[in-house]
Amino acid sequence: MSTVAPEKAKNSGLVPKVDLKKADFQSDQEVRWCPGCGDYAILSAVQQTFAELGLPRENHLIVSGIGCSSRFPYYMNTFGFHTIHGRAPAVATGAKLANPNLTVWVVTGDGDALSIGGNHLLHALRRNVDLKILLFNNRIYGLTKGQYSPTSEYGKVTKSTPYGSLDQPVNPISLALAAEATFVARTADIYIPHMKDMLTRAALHKGSVFIEILQNCVIFNDGAFKEVTDRAQRDDQQVMLEHGKPLVFGKGQNRGLRLKGMDLEVVPLGKDQTPEANNVLVYDETLESQTLAYMLSRLDHPVPMGIFRAVNRPTLNERTYAQIEAERKRKGPGDLSKLLRKGEVWTVN
Amino acid sequence: MSTQAAPKPKAARDRQVLNTVTVRFAGDSGDGVQITGGQFTATTAAFGNDLATLPDYPAEIRAPAGTLPGVSGFQIQFSSNDIHTPGDQPDVLVAFNPAALKVHIADLVPNGIVIVDTSAFNKVNLAKAGYKVSPLEDGSLSGFRVFSENITEKTLLALRDVEGTSREKQRCKNFYALGMAYWLFNRPLEPTLRWIRDKFSKMPHIVAANETALKGGYAYCEMTDVYQAVAYEIPPAPSVPGTYRNISGNEALAYGLVAASQQSSLPLFYGAYPITPASDILHELSKHKNFGVITFQAEDEIAAMAATVGASYAGALGVTGSAGPGIALKSEAASLALTTELPVVIVNVQRGGPSTGLPTKTEQADLLFTLYGRHGESPVCVLAPATPGECFKYAYEACRLAVKYMTPVYLLSDGYLANGAEPWRVPEMKELSAFPVKFETNPQNFESYRRDPKTLARPWAVPGTPGLEHRIGGLEKRDITGNVSYDPVNHEKMSVLRRDKIAKIVQDVPDLEVKGPDGAELLVLGWGSTYGAIRAAVERAHGKGLKVAQAHLRHLSPLPKNTGDVLKRFKKILIPEMNLGQLSFLLRALYLIDVTSLNKIQGQPFKAVEILNGIEAVLAGEPVRTPDESANGAAVSHGGMPHVNGGPGEG
Repeated sequence: MSTVAPEKAKNSGLVPKVDLKKADFQSDQEVRWCPGCGDYAILSAVQQTFAELGLPRENHLIVSGIGCSSRFPYYMNTFGFHTIHGRAPAVATGAKLANPNLTVWVVTGDGDALSIGGNHLLHALRRNVDLKILLFNNRIYGLTKGQYSPTSEYGKVTKSTPYGSLDQPVNPISLALAAEATFVARTADIYIPHMKDMLTRAALHKGSVFIEILQNCVIFNDGAFKEVTDRAQRDDQQVMLEHGKPLVFGKGQNRGLRLKGMDLEVVPLGKDQTPEANNVLVYDETLESQTLAYMLSRLDHPVPMGIFRAVNRPTLNERTYAQIEAERKRKGPGDLSKLLRKGEVWTVN
Repeated sequence: MSTQAAPKPKAARDRQVLNTVTVRFAGDSGDGVQITGGQFTATTAAFGNDLATLPDYPAEIRAPAGTLPGVSGFQIQFSSNDIHTPGDQPDVLVAFNPAALKVHIADLVPNGIVIVDTSAFNKVNLAKAGYKVSPLEDGSLSGFRVFSENITEKTLLALRDVEGTSREKQRCKNFYALGMAYWLFNRPLEPTLRWIRDKFSKMPHIVAANETALKGGYAYCEMTDVYQAVAYEIPPAPSVPGTYRNISGNEALAYGLVAASQQSSLPLFYGAYPITPASDILHELSKHKNFGVITFQAEDEIAAMAATVGASYAGALGVTGSAGPGIALKSEAASLALTTELPVVIVNVQRGGPSTGLPTKTEQADLLFTLYGRHGESPVCVLAPATPGECFKYAYEACRLAVKYMTPVYLLSDGYLANGAEPWRVPEMKELSAFPVKFETNPQNFESYRRDPKTLARPWAVPGTPGLEHRIGGLEKRDITGNVSYDPVNHEKMSVLRRDKIAKIVQDVPDLEVKGPDGAELLVLGWGSTYGAIRAAVERAHGKGLKVAQAHLRHLSPLPKNTGDVLKRFKKILIPEMNLGQLSFLLRALYLIDVTSLNKIQGQPFKAVEILNGIEAVLAGEPVRTPDESANGAAVSHGGMPHVNGGPGEG
């Protein structure tokens, strides 16, 4: 697992300024998720990461929608806005455009972001607004007590689907890539160091960030991602995407991924075989084209974790202010009296 | 048609002086009717007449050519006096095709002037308009003064030495007709010539063609005997000293928002989704980036509202604008602004509803929806300008009240105000009192819901301010601390506080002003865009010696504090509305009085005569008929109880 190089942090302009501790980011509100909920680990990782980033507390704005995950802002001692179902990306877009100096985070869930708020997610991502969207995916509606969600697997038996869900689930990473998100990553609630890495990279990224955090719901969907994240089998079940490194996985890194025609295939690697010799792909997160990232996002086995895509493009907030500046240069600063007298005017004495 | 010979050219002094004229241009939606009307308006405004306009166009961009539904119209009344409406009936109709003639001829005054482009009066177009025989030949227009001109052919002739394709030249026929209209009413050509040069600056041959067509139409009338009998002069109207310009409601509204942004030193954030008839506000604001205006064309109406709330939270002057269907979609996020007590302005340019309804037509049927169309107890402040020019003033006031009281403010315009235009005295900067906003900056004892006792407003604590980190949201908040609270008593307290805060705004609401003779027994009360028609009707009633007073509400929530007193002073109250009696319903409920409703819900504004008929009926103790029923002599009106049959009607 990678760690963020200090020079990268420097280059981003977000030079750590303030000496802060995790406790500085804990609010005075009692945390009220179910005992054992994956959200606790995420909250802790975010608080630790924020402390390590050293950005002043008042610079962070956390915007959420509705659902279990969306209670998140109440537990963070930063600015926070618990908005309405699905609309957090839209509210956050307005806040970021109005105040581009803020570091704006969106905390959302699979129902909030992909069902009722699907449209806002798509457009926030494609506009490349500088928002860091954290999607806690537990593949279930928790706050309404256990209906299937847009990421629930086909056939899932829930309160609202006693005979099994009939829906094709949506793949959040595929969707984010198709929506032109400039930073797309996946991590899991139980991978604290990895999650912190992803959060740090998110904070440093300029543009739309989408991180899918695989999250367990102990009450309504326990073991949601057990087959992927379970310690006993995770090495065989997932592949870690690391920039500049070959796509190898398995116990002793005994398998690799390579292209076969229009798809990916798993290739076994013998003890003395280098990945290079087997044409195993070396991952490049900075590719402008999403094609490879998209192919990886479709994989069920192994499940890719880490950064699918990290590219630099101008953000909507930058472009918005650049256009204002350009117009001010072209026309001069706004003169209200002149504006009101534009066109044909006449004077009555 | 007159055959009187006349000297040429005709000087202004030889022209027949008229006080007030109404002209209607009509043609296919591709004929350039709206541009023609707009130019006639701008020129007439610059000439110094008072005026009012009524553009009336189909919802389709290009409805099937030559058909009745494809007809686009533009009416202007202009005068040497103060006028208030676009006129009940046109004196002059310029019709570019048979369908336009068919749709509008019935409205023309007896002996009115009709100018038709005969080139469009062919078999196909006549059939499309439902004419078996050409009305130009069957004598059916004998009650009018008809000027049949092959305008298209004349335009092509005038442009024979000008570069361009035949199609491009044909499209200049509206400027030829406009030139004719300018001659008839002695208007200067310069404003339109300037506009043409500016608009088509990148296409010199189009400039030349349009200029030549305009001048050609003007010269043609000047040199043609038959037109000498219809040469008129409408001297400028006296007005309050100042600088004037022509302005439409949507323009005025956009300028009011920019002015409020400047005078509050808050950046303007306008989040919107395209919708008729509100889109022009977005178009106008998007031109003024050099004022620091951020326009955000959102993915949908909900996002437009939500982003506006987010921008306001982050310290901008957050404004969104839409029409009925869009406002419906915004209601949940509007409630979020309400409960988080953030200042936002929500502009509703009302159109015919429900659902998609009549997108390009006007209506006032969103009043109760605006007052009560959100879930929960959700009081808001509601303003409604009465004229296109007032859209400036009330947009400004809406912003001022929103930030002063930290609340959503709704601004109810409508299609008629939005697209209608009038001469407008440009306010001097000193008339726009600045309202600098103080954000909370002091972390000492900061509580996010501690209120200013005078306004009950909570502090505006924008993200990025050190020491003010706090959380807000849609869940009920504890009084003062703003922390989430499920306490039943606290919920009631907060509900009452939210109500009382809106009620407090009354201290910023001027008293309802009553105009009219002493001892008037009837008050005609309106709100919004019906002002002009009511004013004109009341003036005509005074001319007939009737004792009638007028009052007009610009503040619908809270209502002016003397509203009840005013209502109780009159024996009879007539409320004309472009809905089925929503203000009537409200006033009955709030003040336990009876009123008489005069309802019109035809997508068209009231004509003054329709309101005058209502006034005379009420004074005579007769039942008030809706304008439609008056026309048909049909059944009497239902009482002003929207949606409810058999309500406490006066019929």
